[in-house]
Amino acid sequence: MSTGPEMSTETSTELTGLTAAQVAAAVAAGEVSAVEVTAAHLNRIAAVDPQVHAFLHVAADQALAAARAVDDRRAAGEPLGPLAGVPLALKDVFTTTDMPTTAGSAILGGWRPPYDATVTARLRRAGVVLLGKTNMDEFAMGSSTENSAFGPSHNPWDLARVPGGSSGGSAAAVTAYEAPLAMGTDTGGSIRQPAAVCGIVGVKPTYGGSSRYGLIAFASSLDTPGPLARNVLDAALLHEAISGHDPCDSTSVDAPVPPVVAAARQADVAGLRVGVVTQFGGDGYQAGVLARFGEAVELLESLGAKVVEVSCPHFTYALPAYYLIAPSEASSNLARFDAMRYGLRVGDDGSASADEVMSLTRAAGFGPEVKRRIILGTYALSSGYYEAYYGKAQQVRTLICRDFDAAFEQVDVLVSPTTPTTAFAIGERADDPMAMYLADLCTIPSDLAGNAALSVPCGLAPEDGLPVGLQVMAPALGDDRLYRVAAAVEAALEQRWGGPLLAQAKGLAAPPGRREATGMGEAGGIGR
Amino acid sequence: MPITRDEVAHLARLSRLALSEAELDHFAGQLDVILTAVARVQEVAADGIPPMTHAVPVVNVFRDDVLVPALPQEIVLSQAPAAEQGRFRVPRILTED
Repeated sequence: MSTGPEMSTETSTELTGLTAAQVAAAVAAGEVSAVEVTAAHLNRIAAVDPQVHAFLHVAADQALAAARAVDDRRAAGEPLGPLAGVPLALKDVFTTTDMPTTAGSAILGGWRPPYDATVTARLRRAGVVLLGKTNMDEFAMGSSTENSAFGPSHNPWDLARVPGGSSGGSAAAVTAYEAPLAMGTDTGGSIRQPAAVCGIVGVKPTYGGSSRYGLIAFASSLDTPGPLARNVLDAALLHEAISGHDPCDSTSVDAPVPPVVAAARQADVAGLRVGVVTQFGGDGYQAGVLARFGEAVELLESLGAKVVEVSCPHFTYALPAYYLIAPSEASSNLARFDAMRYGLRVGDDGSASADEVMSLTRAAGFGPEVKRRIILGTYALSSGYYEAYYGKAQQVRTLICRDFDAAFEQVDVLVSPTTPTTAFAIGERADDPMAMYLADLCTIPSDLAGNAALSVPCGLAPEDGLPVGLQVMAPALGDDRLYRVAAAVEAALEQRWGGPLLAQAKGLAAPPGRREATGMGEAGGIGR
Repeated sequence: MPITRDEVAHLARLSRLALSEAELDHFAGQLDVILTAVARVQEVAADGIPPMTHAVPVVNVFRDDVLVPALPQEIVLSQAPAAEQGRFRVPRILTED
């Protein structure tokens, strides 16, 4: 792999430890070039990605060219945006004209999209350096990346465990210092759940706050692009860069972008009313997750928040409603993969009919989870079952929204654990769909309601030493509240811990400077 | 038992999925478990509750009808499984009778 100019491994390693805000400031001040920063991250990818498998495609040449363009603009005295020169890992569900886009599916193997997603285009315009495309559960259906047609990604804290999903490659890349920022998409928890189990920050913006144009559709009434980062401010900077009205997406909200960066800098919860959702806890929740969550709630109280318990009775039915609504929409969306205009074609031997070619192609190109969901969705939409399943799920969705509305009359934000357990072992739930679905138990209500939610690290579970996430939920277009709370929690916990959560990490999640001590990091990588 | 193996086979045909016998066996059991779990929505008292299809109540999104260049033909066809004479080439769509 081409890695650009010569530099010492020590400098290169330090650059991968910087936050996005630090990178942008250093590039703008001319302390380091965007090319040097990009090369350092490409080195890190070359060294660790054979083990992590966060990336499906690394675009080294394009990344260095994009970085060089930022350096040229700076040299010419042009103003640079707040993320210019910052490397980013893009989930392979966003279309990119200069890189393959597969959505983790064999049916799109090698496909070159004819246009950029709005998110892709906005990142390019902001001078963000796209390092490549990250692994994901096929068509974003899953909570572990094990449903990727190209093999699972590994959790940098413990390579035998999942990084969560579906945006697991993006979460793993950020956690292993392969990129300071990543983009994911959240349909039932696909940003927040991987962020939680990797010990980083992940945000699902308000539905319609970030554009779906050029996003390969899973469930169109739920899909929401959002940021992943190692700290709250970086997530806010990325959130702001991708947000805002897009005329190419008919569900895009034409409203001012919530002031998320200012909120992340404010980091103050004094007087804020925080509701603890009583439905999330008890059976099926890991003791260490509940312990850390309880401490986070106490911390919020000690920081001046007013904490009350809030009951949202229909949240209990969010998971079943979601597994009717999302597969129904998916069965319709995935009908476009018909082997005629793009993607895989199987069985076209001159005698087979179009109908037979479609069936053979879809059977060969889709993985088991996608097939299950297409069948489930087709069933739920069938006449005779429609009212009892899809129709009922849509009514439950209304009731979940009403629970949120009632809750937000009493409190400013709601909190819960992000996931019931820490990262599970690769293979543990692979052939048990219901067990896998439970990973999204706490994240689904915000997707169904279309409001904003975030996960921020709140410690390690004592029983396994793995990260636990605190979920914060806010009303639609109240995304800034998430950042106020998360930044306050992050600041207080970092003071308690003496540094970020990842500073306590083992393995490939250990930051630069601590890697030698763990015997991992770049040792043996081709970056040397 | 909410779903039988025969129903799964029928749904697979409707969904244009040529599933193997082994896949049908496997999926029938799993889908039965999933459907039993999601059928819990039927416990909810929802009489008179309107269905919700979308999170954001955006209606009648219009834009000016302005001509913009379409994607060039060669770019569109470059990703086709098969193309001929500037068109997508598809398998036969009519049956013999």
